[in-house]
Amino acid sequence: MASEPASPPEGTPKSPSTGAPAVAKVATGIDGFDTITFGGLPKGRPSLVCGAAGCGKTLFATTFLVNGATRFGEPGVFMSFEERAEDLVANVASLGYDLDGLVAQGKLAIDHVRVERSEIEETGEYDLEGLFIRLGFAVDSIGAKRIVLDTIETLFAGFSDETVLRAELRRLFGWIKDRGLTAIITGERGDGQLTRQGMEEYVSDCVVLLDNRVEDQITTRRLRVVKYRGSAHGTNEYPFLIDAEGISVLPVTAADLDYTIAEGVASTGIPGLDAMLEPGGFHRGTSILVSGESGTGKTMITSSMIGAACARGERCMSFVFEESGDQIIRNARSIGLDLARHVEAGLLRFEAARPSLYGLEMHLARMHRDIDRFAPSVVVVDPLSALRGPPAELQATMLRMVDMLKSRGITAIFTSLREDGSLDHDSNFGVSSLMDAWIKLLNVEANGERSRTLYVIKARGMRHSNQVREFSMSGDGIALVEAYIGPAGVLTGTARIVQEAEEAAAVLRREQESRRRRREAERRRHSLERQIDELRATLEAAAEEEAVLLSEDEMREAMLTSERRILSTRRGGTQ
Amino acid sequence: MSSGDITDHGEAGRTRLRLYVAGTSPRSTRSIESVRRLCEHRLGGACDLEVVDIYQQAALAGEDGVVAAPTLVRLSPLPARRITGDLSDERHVLDGLGLGALGLGGAADEH
Repeated sequence: MASEPASPPEGTPKSPSTGAPAVAKVATGIDGFDTITFGGLPKGRPSLVCGAAGCGKTLFATTFLVNGATRFGEPGVFMSFEERAEDLVANVASLGYDLDGLVAQGKLAIDHVRVERSEIEETGEYDLEGLFIRLGFAVDSIGAKRIVLDTIETLFAGFSDETVLRAELRRLFGWIKDRGLTAIITGERGDGQLTRQGMEEYVSDCVVLLDNRVEDQITTRRLRVVKYRGSAHGTNEYPFLIDAEGISVLPVTAADLDYTIAEGVASTGIPGLDAMLEPGGFHRGTSILVSGESGTGKTMITSSMIGAACARGERCMSFVFEESGDQIIRNARSIGLDLARHVEAGLLRFEAARPSLYGLEMHLARMHRDIDRFAPSVVVVDPLSALRGPPAELQATMLRMVDMLKSRGITAIFTSLREDGSLDHDSNFGVSSLMDAWIKLLNVEANGERSRTLYVIKARGMRHSNQVREFSMSGDGIALVEAYIGPAGVLTGTARIVQEAEEAAAVLRREQESRRRRREAERRRHSLERQIDELRATLEAAAEEEAVLLSEDEMREAMLTSERRILSTRRGGTQ
Repeated sequence: MSSGDITDHGEAGRTRLRLYVAGTSPRSTRSIESVRRLCEHRLGGACDLEVVDIYQQAALAGEDGVVAAPTLVRLSPLPARRITGDLSDERHVLDGLGLGALGLGGAADEH
């Protein structure tokens, strides 16, 4: 077991707990697996990958070899005890692995060891030197650094002498270590132990357990590192995916709260909604819940937000569970949004899947991978409430989803059909507390019509309007209208229009009345003025008459005086 | 090692055997001895034996699907049969090769 290299190999990851150089490791190139093991499998040692039938053991092992040959310059030997070389080549061709090509390039050797009980008679002592030599021959022929033994336990079916086999296996693993080969030994899950023949006894450095669980008719693949001698590793069960893009393990349970927050404010694309929020939009990197019953306009509001983000040149990814992307694009056209052009420009991607297609974990895992690859700055989940599962698991999944998005500084927009913000009818869990902002859409029904209204229930870190707004969707987009708030209460829709009309009429009436009164007063003033004029004329007339009378009086006096003088003169001397 | 140029006489009753051994260990020597004796005494020399050291011809071992050593392979008559072990039990070996009756007959002739 002289496989431990004396000098620290290049690229040795540091164990996060101690900070000391960890065990030398070999990257598998499997997304996520190298993360949870802090570097990969132990270098120069055999690792056990076990699990029940159909868990993906062979695929895991093949991926390890193919990545080694193509990405890390480490040729590998695949020793198959079950599948023939041709079958193996055909099986992994669907993942885009060209094993034949790698064999031709001398980067890979495949050896099928056929062990058939009926063909082997045993008599006397024997050992497995033939296997060693074949392995050694294959390793030497291409200078292999990695080997896979899939599934070596088949030997137990072919040979009856267990004592010999166990001794030989122990020798084989010793030999692997001596040669400094990084090996994956696969093992079928047995009763009460990890493998049928207790292989974990021999391969004690690293044991990886693959699992394929069916719950509510939905299958979820999970991976767990059972042990890893001399190294820290993620201890949880991690969901993993096998699809056309190979295996990816998703360390989604590793989310924590120490992320840095993104700065800046992003407009929602709805001017009225921006106006309700003091900074003129939502903070970037926050999670926004848009809740409301069906038909309240959730998807159109999120579409507006997507449209605005894409128009700013940001990448958006939308996970839709109830409609197809094309349908949303078509529907958004009705409010004057052209999302198709963003899709063509590669800024927007819709990922549509039925909620029942995968388990919760798998949905999360798939989102995780897609988000890592597309690197969007806005993610939409529409609707969140479509994801079903046991409440506790649902809550945990949501929490991780929100954390995962936040830790990447992605603005997340979730829609929910549950208008009270809970996940389920009879659950106390709420997603609303996980959300930074919550827009609630409510259809108000009155006087035989429904009108759409919108509240901003919460928006962490900003002042926001506490008023209800009515909104309308038209070819020009979504427009918010201030609802009527007056002595008669809050009125929306036609009632609001009627009330507004009434108010307008009243205003008109009041105006007319005041105008009328003003006219009246004017008229009265005019008439008074006229009267004053008349009186003044009368006064003048009177004054004239007075003057005439006065002058007549004077004249009469003068005449009387003159007459008297004449008379006295005539009487003369009589005085 | 004996050549394979007399191989096509399977029909004529000749048995073609190939013995894989690992090096020159006592076990290898013992098994070679056993098979030689078997060929001469039990099969009356009507057999071609080829001894292969897997250390030297690893590729050939792979072609014949040899895992354990020593392994005796009956190449003809077909179908191929394999016996693993140091071949110490002669009767067992003959049964394994499907030559049990022949071997017994040969033994009867000898006496």
